[in-house]
This record gives sequence, C-alpha cells and structure tokens, in this order.
Amino acid sequence: MADHSSTYEPKSATAKWWDERLPIMRLLSDQMITFPTPKNINYLWTFGGILTVFLLLQLVTGIILAMHYQPSAAEAFNSVDNIMRNVNYGWLIRNMHAVGASMFFIAVYIHIFRGLYYGSYKAPREILWILGMLIFLAMMAAGFMGYALVWGQMSFWGVTVITNLFSSLDGIIPGLGTAIVEWLWGGYSVSGTTLNRFFSLHYLVPFVIVGLVVLHIWALHMTGQNNPTGVEPKTEADTVPMHPYATSKDLFAMFAFFLMFAWFVFFLPDYLGHPDNYNPANPLVTPPHIVPEWYFLPFYAILRAIPDKLGGVIMMFGAIAVLFFIPWLDRSRIRSARYRPIYKWFFWLLVISCLALGYLGAMPAEEPYITWARIFTAYYFAHFLIVMPIVGVLEKPKPLPASISDAVEGGKSSSGASAHKKN
Amino acid sequence: MSKQAIAIFAALLGLIGCLTVLKSSDAYAAGGEAIHIERHPWSFAGFFGQYDKPQLRRGWQVYQDVCASCHGLKRLSFRNLAEPGGPEFPVESVKALAKNWDNKIFAGPNEDGEIVDEDGELLVRDPLLSDPILGPYANDNAARSANNGALPPDLSLITKARGIPTHAIWYKHVAIMARDIVNGYQEGGADYVYALLTGYKDAPEGVQLSEGMSYNVAFPGHQIAMAQPIPEGGAVEYQKNAGAKTSLHQNAEDVTAFLAWAADPSLDARKNLGWLVMLYLLITTVLLYLGKRVIWSRVKH
Ligand code: HEC
Ligand code: HEM
Repeated sequence: MADHSSTYEPKSATAKWWDERLPIMRLLSDQMITFPTPKNINYLWTFGGILTVFLLLQLVTGIILAMHYQPSAAEAFNSVDNIMRNVNYGWLIRNMHAVGASMFFIAVYIHIFRGLYYGSYKAPREILWILGMLIFLAMMAAGFMGYALVWGQMSFWGVTVITNLFSSLDGIIPGLGTAIVEWLWGGYSVSGTTLNRFFSLHYLVPFVIVGLVVLHIWALHMTGQNNPTGVEPKTEADTVPMHPYATSKDLFAMFAFFLMFAWFVFFLPDYLGHPDNYNPANPLVTPPHIVPEWYFLPFYAILRAIPDKLGGVIMMFGAIAVLFFIPWLDRSRIRSARYRPIYKWFFWLLVISCLALGYLGAMPAEEPYITWARIFTAYYFAHFLIVMPIVGVLEKPKPLPASISDAVEGGKSSSGASAHKKN
Repeated sequence: MSKQAIAIFAALLGLIGCLTVLKSSDAYAAGGEAIHIERHPWSFAGFFGQYDKPQLRRGWQVYQDVCASCHGLKRLSFRNLAEPGGPEFPVESVKALAKNWDNKIFAGPNEDGEIVDEDGELLVRDPLLSDPILGPYANDNAARSANNGALPPDLSLITKARGIPTHAIWYKHVAIMARDIVNGYQEGGADYVYALLTGYKDAPEGVQLSEGMSYNVAFPGHQIAMAQPIPEGGAVEYQKNAGAKTSLHQNAEDVTAFLAWAADPSLDARKNLGWLVMLYLLITTVLLYLGKRVIWSRVKH
C-alpha cells in the first residue's frame, strides 16, 4: 500500500496553482479520502481515530484550564476549585479534561491490546509499534504530571512516592539516586518548585505527543493497516477507500464512545478520581493509602510485588520497556491470533493478568494481594519473554485464507474458524 | 447480527443479571476492621437527582446554628446562597446575614499602615455578598489550640473529600463498581458525613477513649475529637413551613445535603445539561450507525 499512487486531480485553476506550490490538498486527498483500507477491519480499528480526537480534546480543554490555573503551591488547589465554582462552565471544562484523560487511557489500552491480538507489531510495522509505545510513555508522563497539578493530597503524595523511587539508584552508585531525585524536585522535597516545572512539562508533553502521532500516522500510511486476518491486502478487491467507508464507521464508533465519555463527565465526574485529592496537599499528613490514577495501577502493582525497592523500580520500568521489543520477541510468522490456536489462549491470560494487576494495585500492600501480584507479574513477563518466543516456534498455525476477500466470502461471519472450514 | 455482537449482548445481560442478584446490603459486607456505612437515598443521587431547595435551606440553618461555631466554609461566598441551584435565599436576607456574620473580614492595613486598632484588635469589617463564609478561627493553629489539638476542617469540599471504601471479595468488588457506574453513584462522601453525624455511640466494653475524645462508629479509628454536634433530639428547631420536623436524623440529613451542595454547587445544572448532551449524542449515534450501514451495504465485508 505504500505504493498507493496519487489519484488527486486538481479541479480548478486555483487548486492547480496550489498543488504546484504546496500540495496539501493532494496529501489530504491521498491519505484521508482515497487511502485504501482493508475492508474487513472491525470496530477495534476505530480506536486510533478516537485517540486522535481525545488528544485534541485534551489540548483544547487543557489550554482553557491553563488560562485560569495558577501553578504555585499556595494557589494551585484554590485555582482549580475556583475553576469549578466561578469560571463560566469551568466545571465542564475541568470534568472533560479529568475524565478525558481516563478515556484517553481506556482507548489506548484497547488500541494496544488490539495490536497484540492481531500481531500488528510484526514486520513491516515495527517502527509504527515503537512510535506507539513512545506515545504511550509520553501519555503516562502527561497524566502523571497533570494529576500533580491539582495539588491535592493524592497529587502531592503520588509525586512524592513516584519521584522517590529514583533514590533506589543509590544502590547502584551511591549518591546517584539522591542527586537525581533532588534534581527532579528542584530542592530537597516536593515543593512549589516541583509543581511549577510539572506545569511547564505538562503543557509541553502533549505537543510532543502530537509530533509523535504525526510520525505514527506517517508510518501507518507507509505500511497500510493490518486487519483481523493478518493477511496483507493483495488486490483492490481487498480494500475500500478510506472515505466514506472507514470514516463513516469511525464516526459512529466515536459518538458511541462519546456517550460513555458524557456519562462520566455529567453524572460521575469524580468516580475515576480519589476523594483524598479534594483535600489540599499537606506535607505533614501522609494519607493511609497512596494510590495513583487507575491507569497506572497495573504498573504500581508490579512495583510493589517486588520485595526490593530497586528491583521493583527495574521491573516496573521493565514492564513498559519489554513492550518495545516484542516485534522481535514474537517468533511466529503468523500475525493474527485468530490463526494461532495456542497463542490465542495465552493472549487472554495476558489480558486477565493485566486486569488482575490493576485490581491488585488498588489494594493495600498486604497478603494475600502481594502473592497474587507476584504470580501475575511473573506471568506478565513470562508472556513476553517465554511464551512469545517459544509458542511462536512450537505452535502449528491454522491455514491462512488466501486473501482478505477469501476470508470474507468464506462464511457469514468473518471469524477465522469459518474461513478455515471452507478452505 | 454478527457472532461478536451476540457475545457482547450476552455478556451485558449476564452482567445485569449479576447486578440484580447482588443485594446492596451483602455486597459490601464489612470484614475485620472495615467500617460498614449505609447508602442513603439522597434527593440529589442518581441520574435524575437534584437538590431539594427546602432541605438546603434547613441544612444551612443547621450549619449556621451548629457547625459554624467550629467549621468554616471559606470556598463559598455569601452570594452563592442566593444563586440558582442552591438554597436560593433572597438577596436582601443574604446581605443582612453577611453583615451580621460573627467572623469578620480582615480590613488592614489602613491608610496609616496600621493593622490593629487602638485596643490592639485586628482591623475588620462586615462581610459583603462577595466575601467568603469564614469560620471562627484566624488560622489552623488557633483552631487546634481551641479544639484540644484537633483541626476542624473547612467543610466547603468535605463531601467530595470523603468516600466509603468498598470492602468485598474481588468479584463482588468488580460487580459493585459496575453497578455504581450504571447507577451513577457519587454520594459516598455524603453517606459518610451523614453516618458520622449519626454515628456517636457509647464506647464498647474495653475501648479506652483518650481525653476529650468521643466514640464514633463511622470515623476511621472510632475516636474523634469532635464532640457529638447534634444531640439525639436534634439541635435546630425548624420553622413550621420548613417542610420537616427536627430530629437528629433530620438535622444530620439536611446539613449533609447542604454540604453536598456546598461542595458541588453546579450539580443541578450539570445533570440538566447532561441529559441534553446524552440525548443529542444518542440520536446522532443512531443516525451515524444507519448511515454507516447504508454505506457498507455496498461491499461484502
Ligand atoms: C465544637 C466544635 C465543633 C462543632 C460544633 C462541629 N465540629 Fe465537626 N469537627 C470538629 C473537630 C475538632 C473535628 C476534627 C476531628 C478529628 O480530627 O478527630 C471535626 C471534624 C469534622 C468532620 C471531619 C471528619 C473526618 O472524617 O475527618 C466533619 C465532616 C465534621 N466535623 C462535620 C461537622 C458538622 C456537619 C457539624 C455541624 C452539625 C460539626 N462538624 C460541628 C469540631 C466541631
Ligand atoms: C496528553 C494530553 C493530556 C493529558 C493526558 C492530560 C492529563 C491531565 C490530568 C490527568 C489532569 C488532572 C485532572 C484532575 O484530576 O483534575 C490534568 C490537569 C491539568 N491539565 Fe492536562 N492533560 C493533557 C493535556 C493538557 C494540555 C495540552 C494542557 C495545556 C496547558 C493541560 C493543562 C492542564 C491543567 C492547567 C491542569 C490542572 C487543572 C485540573 O486539574 O483540572 N493539559 N491533565
């Protein structure tokens, strides 16, 4: 699909004039209108569009919030409260931004697991996958620093706990960890200085994400989209033009997702947050349970599952780092788990492990939760480091359909099994 | 319908089935130290819930007569009491109320740079509509020293800053979460405050209370430095047309509802707008779905 040649024809003299100087209409037409998309992609493929919209939504609501927000230890909490009470529709903007961040993460997790199930990280999409992982990392940085800006109790203590993790590096080179932590804080404790730099970075990181998203989509349009069969489109019959096909489906999915978004914004705006963050930050009072936002809980569970602090930090970051390498860890040449009878089960085991780790991350660090967290942590890593390389070699895949059209013709439902039966 | 759609539909049905089987009482049965807190049927709960104006007015009366002697409400201004969606007292009476409020607004320094008058008292003035509803203490230290070292927190955000934790085995926990999302349950903080105000009991055998502490079933650790603010018979005599008779439970419920409004004054507007938005989204979603079907009917996929 990389060789999808341009079909744009300027229709007027002005359009032609532009096209010879800045062919932006050609770019849009080729990449967003006539771009061929596999005709069998399902609703899991609509989350890329949803993610783009939520990124823009975070930018717009965030910039409005920043007009009223004051990044100082004395005024941060008050200014957020002022947005909620006194700024016209400030409650709406703030709820949209806070809930929007959660929706952004729901969408990105679905998007990532979609990629894992259908093998979208495999050649030739390695760079695309790695760019996605960089976006995910940057999102976590943005979410973490954004939550800090509220400067409630959970903001303050979350920042304290997480930044303090780096002090474990003292175990490798004495003094290194402490130096890094003090450098991050801009002092000897979490303070207004820390808050101020977090605000600066919280404003910056989303624009870095925008840049990464551009690269991500560029890479996507070089390789074309994967699809539920994992078989690349072979003829024009396998694809449909992006517009109106993918666009109409994306738009519908987006509005269905907005329904859930609105449900939370208007009826459950505080459900996804923690009550303690409505108490202003107080360095003298440590909350009984310090928990991060829900989307960090699986990683938090991994951190606490390891008895050694440095070990925990390494495993937590390792849990993200390992995702960068899966294009090479997975030894199977078959993309879609639909045709991988053994790996399929392991995939669902991974999903269960991640959900379980999320639950365990919210529980107090005591038995029996710790033991369970260790078990699921072990599986998390085993999935990538053992299952992916070994099952890929041992498993006998089901026969692949000859083409996407073949799979679609194969039966009423486009499930792999029925496509297979026909072969 | 595709197999996928049927599977999703079946899963949803199963979920709803589980939720209806789960009774709220056994759902978060307390184990060990876990404190059981009842959920209260608030007028402002759920998707259609709105504040009950007479209740907010009674609640303000309880706050003013009882709680204000220790707790401030500094994130609210007097003008809020007259605004739509709240108790909606007439502006004139709120002006008078502000003028007579015991806790004055610091007015220094004056032209001469003085911050105290001839008697050494701080320069103050009467609050205006735009001024915050201050508590009696000049600062936290003053508050602590007057309350045996305990700090009576500002109550402006109290119902948002508290919640009731779920203590249940994981599958029930997940079911409760799902049910709360479906029902739009956000009143944990109000449930807690109500339970706190009505939770004063004699200390059970063997529990040694520290000096100046009271026993409370809802408070974490059960020993609270706030003496029972509303006695058994109720603290505040309501007027005949107030819509309720006084009692501990009525006073507690009213002041809690008032505090819920204080923490979330835009709730009524939020839910009203919410329904319009949901309706718009729903209609658009259906139309987009139909459009998508027409477009895709041209290809086999
Ligand atoms: C005599 C002073 C006094 C009065 C009157 C009073 N309180 Fe308190 N209140 C306190 C003190 C002191 C604390 C701190 C208790 C502690 O930390 O142990 C407190 C704490 C609280 C808390 C927080 C409990 C928690 O979970 O941390 C709430 C809620 C509260 N009061 C509500 C009220 C309400 C509502 C009223 C009026 C009906 C009221 N109080 C009247 C002194 C008072
Ligand atoms: C990747 C996109 C973004 C994400 C994931 C994100 C996430 C968050 C989160 C989780 C919060 C805390 C919300 C709360 O609990 O109240 C927050 C707050 C905030 N964000 Fe963002 N944000 C993003 C983009 C932006 C941008 C571009 C700006 C523009 C300056 C911005 C400005 C703010 C401000 C001022 C706050 C503090 C006010 C508040 O808490 O409501 N954000 N952000």
